[in-house]
Amino acid sequence: MHTQPVIVNIGPHHPSTHGVFRMRLTMDGENILDVEPVIGYLHRGSEKLAEERHYTQVITLTDRMDYVASMTNNQAYVLSCEQLTGITPPDRGMYLRVIAAELQRVVSHLVATGFFLQDLGAFATPLMYAMRERERVLDLFEMLCGARITVSYMRIGGVFQDAPGEFWPALRRILDEFPAFIDELEDLISDNEIVLSRTQGVSVITGADAVNASITGPVLRASGVSWDLRKAAPYDVYDRVSFDVPLGEHGDNYDRYIIRIREIRESLKIVEQCVAQIEPGPVRATTAMLFRPPVGESYVPIEAPKGELGFYLVSDGSIAPYRMHARAPSLINLTLLKQMLVGWKLSDAIVSFGSIDVNMGEVDR
Amino acid sequence: MSPLKDNSIFSWTYELVADTLGGPEWLAYGLGALAVIMVVVNGFLLIGTIFTWMERKVVGRFQSRVGPNRVGPFGILQAVADAVKLLFQEDIVPRRADRLLFNAAPIVMLAPSLLALAVIPFGAGSYVADLNIGVLYVVAMSGIASLAVLIAGYASGNKLALLGSMRAVAMLLSYEIPLVMALLGITILAGSMSMVDIIAAQSVPFVLVSPLGALIFLIAMSAELNRPPFDVTEAESELVAGYLTEYSGMKFGVFYLAEFSNVVLAGALFAILFLDGWEWAILPSHLWFLIKVFGFLFVASWVRATLPRMRIDQILTFAWKYLFPLSLVNVLALAVETIAWPDPSGLQLWIMVAINWAIAAAAIPLLSLVVHLGEPARAGRRIPLSEEVF
Repeated sequence: MHTQPVIVNIGPHHPSTHGVFRMRLTMDGENILDVEPVIGYLHRGSEKLAEERHYTQVITLTDRMDYVASMTNNQAYVLSCEQLTGITPPDRGMYLRVIAAELQRVVSHLVATGFFLQDLGAFATPLMYAMRERERVLDLFEMLCGARITVSYMRIGGVFQDAPGEFWPALRRILDEFPAFIDELEDLISDNEIVLSRTQGVSVITGADAVNASITGPVLRASGVSWDLRKAAPYDVYDRVSFDVPLGEHGDNYDRYIIRIREIRESLKIVEQCVAQIEPGPVRATTAMLFRPPVGESYVPIEAPKGELGFYLVSDGSIAPYRMHARAPSLINLTLLKQMLVGWKLSDAIVSFGSIDVNMGEVDR
Repeated sequence: MSPLKDNSIFSWTYELVADTLGGPEWLAYGLGALAVIMVVVNGFLLIGTIFTWMERKVVGRFQSRVGPNRVGPFGILQAVADAVKLLFQEDIVPRRADRLLFNAAPIVMLAPSLLALAVIPFGAGSYVADLNIGVLYVVAMSGIASLAVLIAGYASGNKLALLGSMRAVAMLLSYEIPLVMALLGITILAGSMSMVDIIAAQSVPFVLVSPLGALIFLIAMSAELNRPPFDVTEAESELVAGYLTEYSGMKFGVFYLAEFSNVVLAGALFAILFLDGWEWAILPSHLWFLIKVFGFLFVASWVRATLPRMRIDQILTFAWKYLFPLSLVNVLALAVETIAWPDPSGLQLWIMVAINWAIAAAAIPLLSLVVHLGEPARAGRRIPLSEEVF
C-alpha cells in the first residue's frame, strides 16, 4: 500500500504547548518521523529592552521571562549585578532571597507536575490540586512584595522589604501542611498504572547526551548526573543549609516527574532551615537607585527551577547595561527534543515535551 | 398486535383522538405514536443535558472547585445557557471540508442513540418496543456512532481531526468484540435477547452472577463512548478536540449532546442488563431506573476525574490481550453453567454467583501473569538521594 508521511503542526495555538511553542511533526500515522521545533512567537526583546533601562529597572523585565518562577529570575539578575558592583547584601536579605527562591521552586515544580499530568490526559484533577497549593504560596509572595506573579521582590543588595509579621506564621502553616499535600498528590499519581505505562522508559535521555547538550536542572539530574549549582557553586546562603540532591537513574519521563516531587520536599527542608537560621537585621545594603558600576562584565549562574539560569551583564560604566544576555534553561533544555521524540507516538511527544518543563516566556524572551 | 397498546401515553392519546374527538383511527394511531416518541426522545435528551451539568458539578467537586453555579439554582441551567450560546455562534464550515459529510456527521452521531431508545424499558411497562433481538439491536445502533466519528474526522479537512477519527475507528472496532462477548454472556444467562425478558430473568442481579461480564462491559463501554482513560479520540492535550476540532455552533452542540446522551444510554443498558432494570422495592419503577442510571453516570464522572489517558497502542493491546481472553472465559463459564442448570432456581443462581466470582478472582491475576511472563513488574520508583555533586 502506498503511504506517505504527513506533516502535522502542533501549535502555536494548541492546548498543551505551554504557551506558543510550535512543533512541525512529520508523522507516519501515529509515529513521529521528524520534529522541527519553531520558536519565537513570544519574543519581546527583553534583552534589548534591558539596554535602555537602568540596572534596577531591569529587574521588572526579568519577572516576565520565566513568569512561573519570577523570584529565581530576580535572584539570578541581582546576583550578577552584585558581582558587577561588588555589593554584598546583608545576611537577612540573603536568607529572605533563599526562602523566596525555594518557595518559587516549589511553585514552579507544582506547575510543571500539574501540566505534565494534564498532558498525560488526567482531566485537570492533578493540575487543580497543584494550582490550589500554588495559590497558597503565591499568597506568601503577596505578603512579601504585594505581587503574586511578577514579583520584582529582589533588589541589588538585598530584597525590596523585610517580611511583614504575618508572613512567618503563614509560612509555618505551609511548611507544616505541605508534606501531607505532596503525599496526597503522590498517592494519586506516582503508582498509577496508566501513568507508569505511559511514562516509564519513554523518551530516555542518557547522562552523556544530556551533558553534551548542556541540559541542566531536573532534566539533567533525572538522567543520573549529579549537578546542582546550589551545591557546586553556592550563592546567597546555600552553603549554610544542608539538603539532598535527588537523582534519577533512567532519564525517562517518569524520572523527570518524580525528581520534581522529590525536589519540592528538599526545597521545603531548605526553607525550614532558613527559618531557623534567619536573624533580625537589615534586609538591603544601601545602594543608590541609579548607580554606575565599573566597566566590566559579570555572570553568576544559579539553580533555577528549570535549570542553570544566569544573566551575563556587560557594563560600559553607564547607568544601563551595555548588553544583557540571559542563559535561559528552558531554551537550552529543548536541544534534545528531536532525539527525545523521534520514534515515539504523538501522545508521547506531548508528554515528553511537558516533562522538560519549558516556559515560553523564557525560551523566546 | 402492537406492544404500543400497553403504553399509557399511547393509549391516552389514542383514546383522546379516536374516542373523545372522533378522529380517524390512523390519525389517532399516528398521533399516539408521536406522543410516545416525543416523551421518550425529549426525556432522554433532557437526562443527557442534566448529565452534562452533573458531570461538570461532580468533576468540579473532585477537583476542589465549585463547578457551574451562576445560571439558575446550583447552576442547573448551565446547559441551557450553553445551548443558547451555541445556537447563536457562527456556524463555520472550513473551506477544505467535505460539505455534505461535514453537515451529515452530527445527525449520524445523534440518530442511532435515539433509535436505540426504542427497546430501552424505562420502567415497568414503559418501552416503545420489546424486540426479541433487543440487545443485538442496541449493539448495532451504537456501532453506527463510530461511523459518525470517522465521517466527521474525514470531512473536516483537518489533520488533527483525521488522526482523531483514525484512532476512534481502530479503538471502536477492537472494543466492540469484548463488549458483544460480555452481552453474549448475559443473553446466555437470560436465554433471551429481549430487554424485558432479561430483566425478568434477574432474580439475582447479573452484576453478581457475571462479575467479569460487568467489568468487561464497563471498560469496553467507556472505550465505545470515548470516555477516559480511552478518550484518545478527542484527547484534548494532543489533538485539540480530535474529530470535533472544526465543528462550531449547533453542530458541535449536537455532537456534544450525542456524546453525553450515549453515556446515559450506556448507563441505561448497564442498569437493565446488570442491575435488574427497574425492579426493586418500595419506590416506583421509573425512579429506581433513574437512580441506577445516575449511579452509573456518577461512576463515569468519577473515572473521568481520576484517570489519565492511555496511548492508542496500549488501548488496542489491552483490548486484545486482556479483555478478549477474559470475555471468552466469561462466556465459557456462563455457557457451562447454563447447560448444567438450564432453568436455575434462586439457590442455583447463588451458587453460580460464588463460582463466577471465584473464576473472576482467579482469571484476572492468572491472565496478567501469563501475558507478562518474563517481564519485570512495573512499579513506581522512589529515587535515591545523593549528597555528592560532580
